[in-house]
Amino acid sequence: MEQMQVWWIGERHPGEAALDYLRLRLAQAFPAPAAIWTQAGRPEGAFDPRRKQWSSSRILSWLASAGPAGKVLGVTDVDLFVPILTFVFGEAQLGGRTAVVSSARLGHPVVHDERLVLSRLAKESVHEMGHVFGLLHCGVPGCVMGRSADVQDVDRKRVEPCPSCRERLAHGIREAI
Amino acid sequence: MNGSDVQVLVVDDEEIVRESLGGWLEKDGYKVSMLPEGRSAVERMKSGRWTVVLLDLKMPGMDGLQVLEEARKLQPDAAVIMMTAYATVDTAVTAMKLGAFDYLVKPFAPEELSLLMQKVIAQQSLVRDNAILRQELKKEYRFRDCVSKSPAMHRVFDLAQVAARSHSTILILGESGTGKEVLARTIHAESSRAEGAFVAVSCAALTETLLESELFGHERGAFTGAIARRKGKFELAHQGTLCLDEIGDISPKLQLDLLRVLEEHKIQRVGGNENIDVDVRVIAATNRDLKKAVAEGSFREDLFYRLNVIPVTLPPLRDRKEDIPLLTEHFLEQLGAEMSRRVQILPEAIAALLAYEWPGNVRELRNVLERGAVVAQNGIIRVADLGLGPPGEVPDTAGLGTLEGMERRHIALVLGHAGGNVSQAARLLAIDRVTLYNKMKKYQLNRDGEDVEQTPA
Repeated sequence: MEQMQVWWIGERHPGEAALDYLRLRLAQAFPAPAAIWTQAGRPEGAFDPRRKQWSSSRILSWLASAGPAGKVLGVTDVDLFVPILTFVFGEAQLGGRTAVVSSARLGHPVVHDERLVLSRLAKESVHEMGHVFGLLHCGVPGCVMGRSADVQDVDRKRVEPCPSCRERLAHGIREAI
Repeated sequence: MNGSDVQVLVVDDEEIVRESLGGWLEKDGYKVSMLPEGRSAVERMKSGRWTVVLLDLKMPGMDGLQVLEEARKLQPDAAVIMMTAYATVDTAVTAMKLGAFDYLVKPFAPEELSLLMQKVIAQQSLVRDNAILRQELKKEYRFRDCVSKSPAMHRVFDLAQVAARSHSTILILGESGTGKEVLARTIHAESSRAEGAFVAVSCAALTETLLESELFGHERGAFTGAIARRKGKFELAHQGTLCLDEIGDISPKLQLDLLRVLEEHKIQRVGGNENIDVDVRVIAATNRDLKKAVAEGSFREDLFYRLNVIPVTLPPLRDRKEDIPLLTEHFLEQLGAEMSRRVQILPEAIAALLAYEWPGNVRELRNVLERGAVVAQNGIIRVADLGLGPPGEVPDTAGLGTLEGMERRHIALVLGHAGGNVSQAARLLAIDRVTLYNKMKKYQLNRDGEDVEQTPA
C-alpha cells in the first residue's frame, strides 16, 4: 500500500506533536500507512508578489517533483490562493498524488486557541487527502468531504469521512488493486 | 437536482482560470466542460443542454457579452454567470439586462462561488419542477389535440368521449374556427374506428353536382369530364369516419341522398346502379342554426333528427377567454417546433389577446400567433407583432384600378378582418358562402385573404 507522507513546508514550525497529530488523523481516515517526511524544503516559484499570496496549484507541482514518492500532503502556514478565488484553505490533485493545506486562514477571525486551529487543520488535511484518494465533495452533514467556504463550515464538519465516502474509498481501493 | 445532473460550461481565455475553476467545480461533482474562446462556446451551445455557463467578459475575438446574447437564444434555460476582472457598473448592468443570471468579480471569495452555485441549482430545480407541473396541468386540460380548462369545454370533452365509444352519428355545432374538425378528428381517434380512415369534406366549398360526385364517387362517363371511375368520400371512409363540415349548406337533393345513406348504409356512384355497402360513422358539423333552418323549411326535418343523435356544441372563444393563455402556449409550442426555434410572448401581448373578441375563434387566434411568431424579433412576440389594431385603410390609388382589382382587394380585406371566418366575411359582403368561395378561388385568396401563391405549402 502506497504510504502517505506529511511534509512541513511552511515558515513557523508548529512542533513535532502537531504534525504527528495530522499523521494519526490521516492514518485513521484512510486505508494506508502515514509517515512524516522530515527533509527541509520550501516551495519554489509559488509566491505571487502582486497578490502577496502563494499559488496552491504551483505548490502542488513543486511537491510532485521535489517531494517523496507516494501520496504527499504539504502543510504550511502561508496564505494560499487559486487564480479565481481570493484564498483557499488547501488544494489537491483529484485522484492524483499531492495535496496542500494551510493554517493561514484557519485562525480567522483572530483565535488564540492553537488546539482549535490544529483541529481545523486536521479536518482540511483529511479533506484534501480525500480528493487525492478520488473523493468528491459530499453533501452528508458533518462529513469531512463537505465543501468549506469559511471556518464556520470547517467547524461544522467532523474529522472523518461519512459511511458512504468510506464505502467509496473501499470500492476505489478494491478497483486500484 | 444532483451535481452529476448539472452540466457546467466554463469559457475563459486564461488556461489557469479554466483549470482552477474547472477543478473547483469538478470536486463538487458537476460535469464540467471548458473552452478558451467565445466562438467555439457558441458552437458548443448549439448541441447538448447546459445548466450553468460561466463566461469571461473580456476575451479576444467574440467577447463575453456577444456570447451571452447567443447563449440566451441557444440555451434560454441555462444560467449564465459573467466573470470579470475589470468590474464596471456599466458592463454589469448591460450583462444583467441581456439576461445574465449574475456576475462575479475575479478573484471571488470561495463562499461567493459556493452560494452562487447553490442559488443557480435551486433556481434551475424550480424551473424544472415548473416545467413538469405545467406538463401535468396540460394533461388535465387536454383531450388529445383539444386544449381547455373551461368547464363548458370539459363538458364537451366528456360528451365527446362518450360519443366516441358509441356508433351514433354526431352533430358538432359551433361558430367557424371553434375547432369542429379538430374535435371530429379527436372523436375518431378515440373511437373503435381509429384504425380506419378519417375523411373530411367541406360541403360549402363545392357546387351541388361536384359535392355529389365528391361524396358518392362516379362511374366513367357519368358526366362530361368523368373520364374514369372514381371512388367517393363515403367509400374512402369505409370502416372509418366521414366528417361533413358545413352540413347546413347542402342542397335539398343532397339532403335526401344523405338521409338514404344514413338509413340504408349503402351508396350508389353517380351514373351507376350498383348498391355499395359502406360502414361509415358520420360526424356532421355546422355553424348554422339547423333547428331554425328546419323551421324555415330549408333543411329536412328527418335528416336533422338523423344527424342530431348526439349534438355537441362548441362554445365560441369569447365565451371561454380563460383558455386563451393555455391555447397560446399550446400554439406557440407547435409553431416553435415548426419554425425550429423557441417562441415566447410578452405578458402585455397576452393581455391584448384577452381583450380581443375573436370573431374567427381559435383558428383566428392561431393565425394571429403565427403572424406574431413570424414577425417577432428574437423570438419574443410583442403587442405590435400581433397586428390586432384596426384594419388598414384601402390605399387611395385603389380607386384608379380595375373593378376586379378592387373587388379582389376588398374581399382580401374583409377576409383578413374576419380572421379566416368565411361565414362572417360572406355576411359582411352580403353574398352567400358558395359565391365567396368561388371568388376566393378566382382571385387565388385563402381564408385569411392572403395570396394563395405566397402561402407556403
